[in-house]
Amino acid sequence: MSNIAISIEQVSKLYRLGQVGTGTLAHDLNRWWHRLRGKEDPYLKLGQENRRDAAGGEWVWALRDVNFTVNQGQVLGIIGKNGAGKSTLLKLLSRVTMPTTGRIRAKGRIASLLEVGTGFHPELTGRENIFLNGAILGMTKAEIRKKFDEIVDFSGVERYIDTPVKRYSSGMYVRLAFAVAAHLEPEILIVDEVLAVGDAEFQSKCLGKMGEVSKTQGRTVLFVSHNMGAIKNLCSQTVFMERGKVSMVGDTRDVIEKYLSGDSEVDRCKYWQSDFPGKNGVYLKAIRVTDDRGSLESSLTSATPVKVCIDYELTREVKDLRVVVNLLSYDGTEIFSSSDFHYQQGNRLREPGQYTSELTIPGNFLNLSRYYISVDLEVPKTEAFVIGETVSFTVSELVRNDMGISITGRPTGVIHPILHWKVNKT
Amino acid sequence: MSSQPKQEWTLEISPKRSLFDINFRDIWNYRDLLIMMVRRDFVAFYKQTILGPIWFFIQPLLTTIMYIFIFGRVAKIPIDNVPPLLFYLAGVTCWTYFSESLIKTADTFINNANIFGKVYFPRLIIPLSIVISNLIRLGIQLGLFMVAWVYFAFFTDSNIRVTNALLLLPLLILLMALLALGFGIIFSSLTTKYRDLRFLLTFGVQLAMFATPIVYPLSLAAENKRWILALNPFTGIVETFRYAFLGSGTFDWNYLGYSCAATIIILAAGIVIFNKVEKNFMDIV
Repeated sequence: MSNIAISIEQVSKLYRLGQVGTGTLAHDLNRWWHRLRGKEDPYLKLGQENRRDAAGGEWVWALRDVNFTVNQGQVLGIIGKNGAGKSTLLKLLSRVTMPTTGRIRAKGRIASLLEVGTGFHPELTGRENIFLNGAILGMTKAEIRKKFDEIVDFSGVERYIDTPVKRYSSGMYVRLAFAVAAHLEPEILIVDEVLAVGDAEFQSKCLGKMGEVSKTQGRTVLFVSHNMGAIKNLCSQTVFMERGKVSMVGDTRDVIEKYLSGDSEVDRCKYWQSDFPGKNGVYLKAIRVTDDRGSLESSLTSATPVKVCIDYELTREVKDLRVVVNLLSYDGTEIFSSSDFHYQQGNRLREPGQYTSELTIPGNFLNLSRYYISVDLEVPKTEAFVIGETVSFTVSELVRNDMGISITGRPTGVIHPILHWKVNKT
Repeated sequence: MSSQPKQEWTLEISPKRSLFDINFRDIWNYRDLLIMMVRRDFVAFYKQTILGPIWFFIQPLLTTIMYIFIFGRVAKIPIDNVPPLLFYLAGVTCWTYFSESLIKTADTFINNANIFGKVYFPRLIIPLSIVISNLIRLGIQLGLFMVAWVYFAFFTDSNIRVTNALLLLPLLILLMALLALGFGIIFSSLTTKYRDLRFLLTFGVQLAMFATPIVYPLSLAAENKRWILALNPFTGIVETFRYAFLGSGTFDWNYLGYSCAATIIILAAGIVIFNKVEKNFMDIV
């Protein structure tokens, strides 16, 4: 029987909405006065779920009665939509804040990577920052010294190790920061979506490192991500969170399937009227999946080219913006990822304004199946504005040949491209 | 995932923690971080400055010259026949250390919200590192004071004399550090919620200097009113400091004993409050 490394029991977390301002003192006094008379907190409304759209109520449960355990040496994935409570859970586990009720027990040192490069000081050199950052993450000086060469090697910035990090490119900065984190030796490692930045090569290097850590050294890893591919590769078990509650724990494949399919809101198009996803001047307005004539209603056949239109607004100039479309199969397997990065003007500068990026998936490529489109807006290696906004569509009719004759019966495989065959008699 | 009969948990996170449950062992485990933080503060201070560490001298020197002019020449406050430069420099050195440590530690939570929001380490490390890195500056400034003192003691015929109280110097420095730390963490805990206190503090520290015998000697106050000034725990410290080096000023075990007691109480209260606030401050900052 495997040992339990983390046990989470009845954990809830209450958050206060809105600003702390001039009313705070009055509320505090009032609360204190109620408590003094043995009455309940007048501002606490129990039983309210974490619904960001619901108006009213000053307090909100970001987590509600969360229970699960993690075995030693397990890599556990945590998925869920924005606002499901994933980050709050990680914060509690990293001891950044305390649960309102319940308790978490763990065996061994916990190191959390909610962000890479925490505490990096721009004026200090790479070398000094390795020591500083390592110490913040809980390593002793001796441990860091022992691993120093390995860290520098992993990051690939040895030439600049005595240069202040403010002169680093953002890619180098992230690489150095992750290298420090990757060489931590905690019994339990907690990783948030830090891999959203960094180039593909480095990302796979990091994922590889994480997998290796749990397999060879028997460490426990908790991994939160929107990247279904990464979750699938790394995690055997996954927790699906919804509105502050654990909605499902189990085999990664099953959980991802439920996550993607159970979401009834996911449809061929998504519009936002307010609360646009995004930040810092980049806001997503809509994602539409249409056929080649621009219709949202038509049924899609395997011969139809499928268009994915992403409407977004820039309220400032953005350089190097990249709109990424990931095509996923119904069970979360990544089929391809494509971005408009190489198809924009030479200086890659986009003025403020409304934009639509449009991707065409050619006909005769998809199979008879349900697919998901996951959209990211980011500046590579620097900042992610939108991650993993999802729509879905179904290819419902299979066209076998150019004559448009359709047949029933589904071929195997996640895609079904029409390829060129030649039959020769020799 | 069945439960094991006996589990040896090394960490428990739950909302219930007693008021005095302070993890000193944890702070000790993170001592390397403390050293790194002190280094960071110190190095980052003079990176990209031309004069570098010399700034540590210029600041107290200019302040002292200003005080000599304003309080010595213009206001003509009597200072017990010791060289004015030494008199003011002694006060300025002590007060600068105290006030800077206090104001900086008071911003612990607000300035470090970013780091605190991402990773756990004993939060007390930050105020401790501030107080210690300022100690290095104090050391440098004491060096400046010593240079001035040597000059006046050996090359002029001023009537300064060293007293046995000099042996108390380590205690005085410790008291200054702990007092600044104590007040600092109390304010840092309160400012997380009520930012108003920050403004009050910078302003208050300026005023507090005049409630402390920095630019005037304690002996200036009438004998039966001195106890009012002595209520300020810093009074005993700075007066002993002057007495130790210059032989002027008031030395009284009662004053110093009171300073010690006040420091311990303030520090203890500070640690308890800080410990309570650090658990949940991320939700309110």
